[in-house]
Amino acid sequence: MVHAHKLEIFRGLIKFKSNTQKIWGVLILLSIVTAVEVVLGIYKPASLMNVVLGMKLLNWIFIILTIVKAYYITWDFMHMRDETPGLRRAVVWTAVFLISYLIFILLQEGGYVFDVYSDEYIKRDF
Amino acid sequence: MDTSVVTGTQEKVWGGGNEPLKASYGKLMMWFFIVSDALTFSGFLAAYGFSRFKFIDSWPIADEVFTHVPFLHGQELPMIYVAFMTFILIMSSVTMVLAVDAGHNMNKTKVTWYMFLTIIGGVIFVGSQAWEWATFIKGDYGAVQTKGGNILQFGEYVDKDGEQVFKRVSVADFAIVGEKERVQDNRKSGIWYRSESTIPNYNVDEVYAGLEANSNILVRTQIINEEGEKTVLSREESLKSIKENGKTVVEGANLVANEYGTALFADFFFFITGFHGFHVLSGVLLNIIIFFNVILGTYERRGSYEMVEKVGLYWHFVDLVWVFVFTFFYLV
Repeated sequence: MVHAHKLEIFRGLIKFKSNTQKIWGVLILLSIVTAVEVVLGIYKPASLMNVVLGMKLLNWIFIILTIVKAYYITWDFMHMRDETPGLRRAVVWTAVFLISYLIFILLQEGGYVFDVYSDEYIKRDF
Repeated sequence: MDTSVVTGTQEKVWGGGNEPLKASYGKLMMWFFIVSDALTFSGFLAAYGFSRFKFIDSWPIADEVFTHVPFLHGQELPMIYVAFMTFILIMSSVTMVLAVDAGHNMNKTKVTWYMFLTIIGGVIFVGSQAWEWATFIKGDYGAVQTKGGNILQFGEYVDKDGEQVFKRVSVADFAIVGEKERVQDNRKSGIWYRSESTIPNYNVDEVYAGLEANSNILVRTQIINEEGEKTVLSREESLKSIKENGKTVVEGANLVANEYGTALFADFFFFITGFHGFHVLSGVLLNIIIFFNVILGTYERRGSYEMVEKVGLYWHFVDLVWVFVFTFFYLV
């Protein structure tokens, strides 16, 4: 039983000859992304420290790079690219919707509790 | 009876024998298990985010906590070892997907070797995590916990390339040890039903005496200032804060207190990396079972290596979770 794999990433920008070659290609991509994260994490460039939408720009970069890595692990290592749209949507949309919802609620509440601690009459510096 | 349903023949959409998702039952269920497990992990990580936003101005800085690399004592190398662990896990994901690929081509030798390499990668990762835990629990500098539950750390300003840099000082290096007031209360030495946890090596009075004697040492609080660094107190404030608020000396980490900062930091570290490590461990065990089945030729006889693919999905998921744990614990 030989499955047909889709052998292109970046919407067809890079095409691979065989599935094995694609796996090594994706490994190189993931390693580069991780290396960029580690270098940024060690040096923490001052230019990326300004706050955008409530968080440091550097942290936004880390989160976006993480989602990029998650995409390639799911799409190429777990072969989500080769599954039917129905299966892909059942898995990805469900998870993405529920997780975003949960994160929004909890972070919103965490920020509120911080405000209560800092602005109300609660003493913590002892 | 012409109303009865004939299965397995002409495809009526609701008549059964129809695979709209073109995936086997086992694979589908593995995907849905992964979705539910992903929600469990996001629950933990979102709770971590909640606590962090709650203490956004005093959360420990990960770069100052995870600085150790095995065999390189006394060097501060933040991120290096975790990056290595991440790479090991990604690498074992690659050997896993190569095993799946070899399985599609019914190549038993290749599947065996790639499964073996995957198991080795998993074992190295779990071992590294155990070492991370041990280092984290042991701690390195020690700190004083105040009555309000805050952590006060120690350090001094030193010249480094013409710049004044704050360098941490270990409690063990400056505390002046006096007479011990008491020993640990054990069941064997006291009343048989009473015992207590380990007493810290130093008490606050000894630390205070040491701080008074060394005029270069200053106290650093948990509060993060505008430059993104922890606030360092002046000499007078340092002495005052230890004398008035100091309660116990904390060395290393447990679930109640840790020397790095708020207790929740260690709690989440143990819980999330522990839960992930448990997943890796069970993944390694599943991989070992599949590995032996491959050697015994079970899938060769079955005519399909789909079991390798299913356990592969789980293994990649463990890698996927680690990518997020890595970001939120060590980077952000």
